[in-house]
Amino acid sequence: MNAVEIAKGVYSVGVIDWNIRDFHGYSVENGSTYNAFLIVDEKVVLIDTVKKGFEDQLLANIAQVIDPKKIDIMISNHTEMDHSGSLPRIMHAIGEDKPLYCSKMGQKNLSEHFKQPWKYHAVENGETLDIGSRSLTFLETRMLHWPDSMFTYCKEDKILFSSDAFGQHYAGFELFDDVVGHTIMSHAKKYFANILMLYTAKILKVLEQVRESGLEIDMICPDHGIIWRKEPEKIIAAYDKWSRQAGEKKAIVVYDTMWHSTQKMAEAIASGIAAEGVFAKPVHIRSSHRSDIMTEVLDAKAVVVGSPTLNNNIFPTVSDVLTYMKGLKPKNKIGAAFGSYGWSGESVKLIRAELEAMKFDMMASDLRVQYVPDDAGLESCVAFGREIGRAVNKALE
Amino acid sequence: MDKYVCDICGYVYDPEAGDPDNGVSPGTAFADLPADWVCPVCGASKDDFSKED
Ligand SMILES: [Fe+2]
Ligand SMILES: [Fe+2]
Ligand SMILES: [Zn+2]
Repeated sequence: MNAVEIAKGVYSVGVIDWNIRDFHGYSVENGSTYNAFLIVDEKVVLIDTVKKGFEDQLLANIAQVIDPKKIDIMISNHTEMDHSGSLPRIMHAIGEDKPLYCSKMGQKNLSEHFKQPWKYHAVENGETLDIGSRSLTFLETRMLHWPDSMFTYCKEDKILFSSDAFGQHYAGFELFDDVVGHTIMSHAKKYFANILMLYTAKILKVLEQVRESGLEIDMICPDHGIIWRKEPEKIIAAYDKWSRQAGEKKAIVVYDTMWHSTQKMAEAIASGIAAEGVFAKPVHIRSSHRSDIMTEVLDAKAVVVGSPTLNNNIFPTVSDVLTYMKGLKPKNKIGAAFGSYGWSGESVKLIRAELEAMKFDMMASDLRVQYVPDDAGLESCVAFGREIGRAVNKALE
Repeated sequence: MDKYVCDICGYVYDPEAGDPDNGVSPGTAFADLPADWVCPVCGASKDDFSKED
């Protein structure tokens, strides 16, 4: 990607990672970008760097605009390696004596990552930096999504440099929301579900503060994916909605299966849910990725989990999804457990315990079928699904 | 004395250890922390903490 002027004197100089498919366990089906932004004013500022391995591209993009040595100030909005991995090389290129602006936690975390004697300037929340015709304001956004995370806001251009918030793992030459079109929302949703879901209480507070402060935002520049310039309010409204986790008229039936018995149950349960007018989707774990399952969980009102019993335990792939889901702390869900078993059948009560630990509102009973569900067994699954569907309808009344 | 967990980031305040980095000496109960004390990891305020069970 080349440097692109996104506002007078403000350039996108980040890079595209076309080939990444696994982003720390999150499936990225068509790559991602690591965005960085260059502001050329009386002082020249670089906001964030890129993942290690992409330093040359970043420096080449900067050089299209200005000699990297002319950069006066480096700003790090977030310590995670996809944005800081190139810092040593970039600091070397611009000059190790240049000030490195970051949050207090940023200084702590960058020091622990890089052990370099850089000239840190840890900003106070709300601190302003004058760079000539513009000023930059730093807003601490701790745990959105790391302790060091912060936003940098340019009042004159009304641009919010939002670090990982409002990002999407999307690789493309389409740099803006109005160019890429509405398909980007599904990527933004997956990003929210997998990176931010556990911080929804915090997100609602930050959005409230932004509203109260009357911050004018014409453009949001996140560190991954496209820039929101046509409708920044659209992604803000989506974050507000996703953070509330009210749940839609939707249930997902997540399961794995050994000899198709738990599969038959899952599909029958889903049909029962759908018969109550609730959108239902059986999701076979080994045919899906855990990160796509979480995107479905985000707006589902009910999460139904099924597993066969293997060696007196939950099937391992189901545990994987449960562990991942627990960490992301979904809220306000109706939960249910089911599964086929041979002789001991522990999996269902183990799933129930996991879902209870996630504070799901559990259906009164679970459903187990021994070996292969016969017609009566399948009827009990449909009836179980209908009960879940009615519970969803009741909860959303 | 009870331990308290930060609901935002998972940090656990242990009264026995206190928070010496931020001027809280060991043996300080959660209730006795100053009102403006914040989570040393994520900056959450005291009301974002709940008792560890
Ligand atoms: Fe991050
Ligand atoms: Fe990131
Ligand atoms: Zn905390």
